[in-house]
Amino acid sequence: MLNYTLKELAAELAAKRASSVEVTQFFLNRINDLGKALNAFISVDDERSLAGARAADALRAKGLAGPLTGIPIAHKDIFCAQGWLTTCASKILSNFVAPYDAHAIELFNRAGAVIAGKTNMDEFAMGSSNETSYYGPVKNPWDALAVPGGSSGGSAAAVAARLAPAATGTDTGGSIRQPAALSGVCGLKPTYGVVSRYGMIAFASSLDQAGPFAKTSEDLALMMNVMAGFDARDSTSLERAREDYTRDLARPVRGMRIGLPAEFFAAGMAPDVAKAVDDAVAEFRKLGCETVEVSLPNMQLSVPVYYVLAPAEASSNLSRFDGVRYGYRAPEYGDLADMYKKTRGQGFGAEVKRRILIGTYVLSHGYYDAYYLKAQKLRRLIAQDFVEAFKKCDVIMGPTTPTTAFNLGEKAGDPVQMYLSDIYTIAVNLAGLPGMSIPCGFGQGTKGEGDALPLNPSNRPVGLQIIGNYFDEARMLNIAHQYQQATDWHLRMPPALA
Amino acid sequence: MALTLDDVNRIAQLARIEVAPDEAGEVLNRMTGIFRLIEEMQAVDTTGVEPMSHAQDVTLRLRVDGVTEHDQHQLFQSIAPQVEDGLYLVPRVIE
Repeated sequence: MLNYTLKELAAELAAKRASSVEVTQFFLNRINDLGKALNAFISVDDERSLAGARAADALRAKGLAGPLTGIPIAHKDIFCAQGWLTTCASKILSNFVAPYDAHAIELFNRAGAVIAGKTNMDEFAMGSSNETSYYGPVKNPWDALAVPGGSSGGSAAAVAARLAPAATGTDTGGSIRQPAALSGVCGLKPTYGVVSRYGMIAFASSLDQAGPFAKTSEDLALMMNVMAGFDARDSTSLERAREDYTRDLARPVRGMRIGLPAEFFAAGMAPDVAKAVDDAVAEFRKLGCETVEVSLPNMQLSVPVYYVLAPAEASSNLSRFDGVRYGYRAPEYGDLADMYKKTRGQGFGAEVKRRILIGTYVLSHGYYDAYYLKAQKLRRLIAQDFVEAFKKCDVIMGPTTPTTAFNLGEKAGDPVQMYLSDIYTIAVNLAGLPGMSIPCGFGQGTKGEGDALPLNPSNRPVGLQIIGNYFDEARMLNIAHQYQQATDWHLRMPPALA
Repeated sequence: MALTLDDVNRIAQLARIEVAPDEAGEVLNRMTGIFRLIEEMQAVDTTGVEPMSHAQDVTLRLRVDGVTEHDQHQLFQSIAPQVEDGLYLVPRVIE
């Protein structure tokens, strides 16, 4: 059962060779053992999960099972799930038991999927290494010295370590794709507006988008078939006809045009990442794809633009955490203003406070035009670059990250270095495009900036990023699936965890 | 632009976040580094560019002006730090 895909697990359940209770118990055992060592989960509730499994088995007995019925799915602790502790990895929500379900959770419940637990993450999804979590960092399943990536580090690690067959995450600047790359699994950030943000704790609302983690592109498609859909409670949810994301998986990719942005392949990419990505591109050529050079001239600006827009939106979104209606309240305080300040000062971690302060500053009187408005104008230029690029190609490919997983603690003290590790992913969020990462090899990592001396065994996964035009998820899943028919990088698992 | 400790304290006040005096220097250092990155934006001329506030150019939906939520205040207040008689308790604001 360990390496079964969602599709294979569904077949086992459908053929009654296994019950949902058995499958769920199998993964709960791994979560309670390996999951603890990796610190991949914040909340595990065996009884609640098994109750879900029994309900799924009952649904199947009545002949009402769908493709994911009875399959345990791990959810990032950013999604409200009724009755579950939902912390967003923050002290300020460390006692928050969600009184309602996020739309994505509602859809998984309706599909009969089982909640396998709530995964660890960077606090309020602000981080690229899972080190800002109030509950401590997650370890990379491939190498316990390395970070799993972030912010959805627990979800990526859970799938990589086979603690759950699939998981959910959210991606504001790369938080699905980057941990998928560093942990060696598949992850998809859909087009902005495809998955409802209702009940997903907000970080930067114009960028936040939920999506799946899984072992294969086909499984991502099955997850998308459940997660995607219109929801009136999210004002930016798009009213579109339902799609079957598996519909194009088998389509031949001969003649498909792959755009390779010069900026993605410029200096800055580590040699081990470059080698794996080049090999992957060569494989696509073997499959009959054509490659064309494209340009995203404003990509370098995406990091500074993001670190104005995302903190600005976060400073507004996180003003709701004040110790009045839910969550943590400081034990001692004077007047109301003091209560707010102490509650927020004690309840938020250093990185979250930093971003709220930056956001407050760039929105404050006299600075709005120089920072916020300027960043919004540059966002337009960055998005326009993609429009031009997609005139010449069907999908864009490049590395997901400039390096393989860095070591725990390596960048934790330097926010700017940490921010720059998202250089290849952020522009996609600014434009609102769909992006995904799939495993395409392994590297050794480096000792740090400019130092290419081999330090680690070749056990650090490399991710290939595939960027599509708006609503082109099915095409991206198709090309990724065809690659996975010809290669086996996605089937590897950390040897120590078998 | 050079941030000062006064700026940090003013922003912290606006954001309602307590920054202890012995933390303020560290916060200033980190923010100065981040703003050095942010300042790279100023190198590009954006005259005449329309600001982009959202990924999709869609207008907000209208909905029927009807009641869609039912009263769940007991459920919602069951997780509040301090509640009395259906009211959230906070320190007295008006004497």
